[in-house]
Amino acid sequence: MSHWQPRGTVYGTLLNFRREWDLWSPRMTQEPHKAAPQAPVLYVKTANTFSPAGQDLVLQDGVTEVDIGATLGLVIGDDGRVAGAVLLNDWSVPHTSYYRPPVKFRCRDGFLALPEQITPGQLQDWAALQLTVQRNGERVQTVDLRELVRDLPTLLADVGDFMTLQAGDVLMVGTDCLADGTRPRAQVGDRVDISAPGFASVSVQVGGAA
Amino acid sequence: MKHARIAWAGAVQQALESDGQLLITQGPHKGHRVGFDEVVWLPPLAPVPQARTVIALGLNYADHAKELAFKAPEEPLAFMKGEASLIGHKALTVRPNGVKYMHYECELAVVIGRTARRVKKADAYDFVAGYTVANDYAIRDYLENWYRPNLRVKNRDTCTPIGPWLVDAADVSNPMALKLQTTVNGQVTQSGSTADMIFDVPTLIEYFSSFMTLKPGDLILTGTPDGIVDCQPGDVIVTEIEGIGALTNTIVAA
Repeated sequence: MSHWQPRGTVYGTLLNFRREWDLWSPRMTQEPHKAAPQAPVLYVKTANTFSPAGQDLVLQDGVTEVDIGATLGLVIGDDGRVAGAVLLNDWSVPHTSYYRPPVKFRCRDGFLALPEQITPGQLQDWAALQLTVQRNGERVQTVDLRELVRDLPTLLADVGDFMTLQAGDVLMVGTDCLADGTRPRAQVGDRVDISAPGFASVSVQVGGAA
Repeated sequence: MKHARIAWAGAVQQALESDGQLLITQGPHKGHRVGFDEVVWLPPLAPVPQARTVIALGLNYADHAKELAFKAPEEPLAFMKGEASLIGHKALTVRPNGVKYMHYECELAVVIGRTARRVKKADAYDFVAGYTVANDYAIRDYLENWYRPNLRVKNRDTCTPIGPWLVDAADVSNPMALKLQTTVNGQVTQSGSTADMIFDVPTLIEYFSSFMTLKPGDLILTGTPDGIVDCQPGDVIVTEIEGIGALTNTIVAA
């Protein structure tokens, strides 16, 4: 059986962990942002980023380092409600500006690592989920969904206020930063594992282009 | 040829423009002709196996950049949209309650025809299946300066009409010299030429394919020129590109 892949569009959520929000907060009213975001800030992970379980991440075209983006993706079912969830690694090229970053930071080939399978369930099952991020076998981050700015029901409702998630779409709930505002990074040769109780892990070997 | 996807006789049909009518090309009604007003027009795009990549240019005409108080960008300024915001010709687009500024954007839409990765400018047209017209509405009230343009402005249900036709690339001798025009209730409000794009179609294909694989059916909406105005419920907006088509849309209240 082939591994899971999204049937629809994958959306990511920016600034949805309190630590990162709080770090940004003093600068939110400054140029060029002028104000804190009122609605969820989303981005799209295009289909070329989908990297099924077992595939390496190939760093190429001048990219030598990536941010690890451990997150939970809510998978929309045929009735328009959440049918299950997946762990994902939402890789990105490290960037400090959230004003108008080019799509090449998030939409590169292979930049969304997928698990083997989806975990059926409902939102309350995952309200206190903890994701463990390991790099070469060492824990480098724990992502705690109790730390979300918008918890899962609130995020879904606020997104639904301006667009309808379709059957098969995936809404990623956000990635957390470390205490200094950066994210754990990976380079060629690293192995990165994201795991959580009850979920298929996302394990990726980072390689370079020949 | 000009290809359409329509709903008629209880099913989705493939059709071609033929002497001012739609000629159905497949299935039990093959060879039948129907009038433009007898059908429901769908986006002129065949279904794709994975989420369709929809790239949209934020600022790709120098005059529009000026209008929105931006300097011309040094590399293409793009964002990604979900396919779910696409609707067909002669459809209805919802204006949210209480907003002050909702505007159309008439754009040449490039439909990719072959898998494209690291394509050079000189070869880029070989990867184009054809062209259509997109109207990439924006609700400016919702603009927030985070990951601009934020999707609440640009990825709304019903807010990306596209069509009516997918025109074969072979039938468009120079896509970089097409007149664009938008009318609101018959009055011309936007007028320009694809010749004024900051980044032309081959440059865009080279740029995007330098870091991402484009698949058949993927879209590049190439930006809009100067001349955007507010649209109110009841307004009929026609975005037209020379040789490609005239895309009609009606605004309705939420």
